[in-house]
Amino acid sequence: MDTAQGIISQAQVFELIDIIKKVHGFDFAGYTKASLKRRLIRIMLLNKFEFYDLKHVLINDAAFFQGFLEEITVNVTEMFRDPAFYKAVNTQVVPYLSTYQHAKIWSAGCSTGEEVYSMAILMKEAGLGKKSFIYGTDINTEVLREARKGIYSLRNIKSYAENYQYTGLKGSITDHFTILYDAASVHNELKQNTLFSVHNLISDNVFNEFQMISCRNVFIYFETFLQERILELFYKSLCPLGYLCLGSKETIRSDAFKTKFKVINQKENIYQKVGT
Amino acid sequence: MAPDKNLLERWQAAEILLFGGSAGSFKILFRIIKELPGAFGKTVILIIHRKKNFFSEIEKLFAENSRMYMREIEDKDILKKNTMYIAPANYHTLIEEGGYFSLDVSEAVWYSKPSIDVTFESAAEVYGDKCVAILLSGANQDGADGMLKIRKSGGLTIAQQPEDAEMPEMPRSAIKNGAAEYVLTQDEIFKLLLL
Repeated sequence: MDTAQGIISQAQVFELIDIIKKVHGFDFAGYTKASLKRRLIRIMLLNKFEFYDLKHVLINDAAFFQGFLEEITVNVTEMFRDPAFYKAVNTQVVPYLSTYQHAKIWSAGCSTGEEVYSMAILMKEAGLGKKSFIYGTDINTEVLREARKGIYSLRNIKSYAENYQYTGLKGSITDHFTILYDAASVHNELKQNTLFSVHNLISDNVFNEFQMISCRNVFIYFETFLQERILELFYKSLCPLGYLCLGSKETIRSDAFKTKFKVINQKENIYQKVGT
Repeated sequence: MAPDKNLLERWQAAEILLFGGSAGSFKILFRIIKELPGAFGKTVILIIHRKKNFFSEIEKLFAENSRMYMREIEDKDILKKNTMYIAPANYHTLIEEGGYFSLDVSEAVWYSKPSIDVTFESAAEVYGDKCVAILLSGANQDGADGMLKIRKSGGLTIAQQPEDAEMPEMPRSAIKNGAAEYVLTQDEIFKLLLL
């Protein structure tokens, strides 16, 4: 990494943020800089770009941007990631969801859909399959296309099987898939309870009312002020006493929001909306 | 190379002490967390390779035996003196301008998450010559590139002597790529730590 490729200064990061906002309308100003810089360097190395090449394509090549967006945001996810979280949802949140005629769940920053389908499986196993609906949103249209397909590599499913066992759900993860050669397709019945659409947490607004919102490992990429703005959006999107789930290393730090959300599970960062 | 004047002076001036450890580093790390005094005077960061889904076993064991205040890093934690931080499993830990941690779930580096390279590199960018990095036993080459970056930024870099490590590959990689300014045995490392 001693060549000019893959070297970028803090000032140049800010320059790119500015260009992306002006040309493409996406605002990365509230993203944590060390992580963003790492992603930018990765994109430069993949494309054999120097800083000026990257700047050039970002301004002049509209087609480049979709791929860029996919690379700049982290889309690493798993089914039943953090099995202890799903266990906690099953025992602490599902009983509450079952009291509703119809429970709406929002998976914010859903990437390629693994969490949405994990949640759909959890609901089905709890006997709420027909009474629940899960919305998956992301800023990236490409990953949403993958999410809608619900087809995953069999190799990945094998590694998710271990997570599934840890959640304590009965049976095996493969009970929920149709397997063809080296691909596994989510059962249609699960897909029917899901909807994927584009939503930008930074610039878009409330679009529905939910009994539960799950936004895990998204806040880690945002500065604190941005996290607070999005907490406000979540607060407004939840029904009274609705649940908010953050990633296991993401806590609500702001005093203003500590009074608006009650801690339900400290370790898994599950909160409940209080007040009105 | 035994400790010399240059080493001791730079050790004393350093504010952030980073350890990278993998296979075979548990014993020495356990001794380190038991022996470092509560008022150590520096920020200590541990990056240890381990498996996911084995919840908090190392973290708990270390926290119960540590004399320093110890915590598993959570997103946006501020780096404080006299605190020992352990990077959580299944995340990369980055250090941000302004002195706080941010986490990242992106692809594993050298099959590792946390990756030692990732944290060392961001420590080099933010703290440069205020860093000391010590790379311990391990069976892959994670940490060598990150440590080279710390060295180039003026930080003090130390590799455990490969013959003295249970798994020599990791410190050996750091010696091979020129990242290790000093190569010390376990005993020499302890002399320095408990100065």
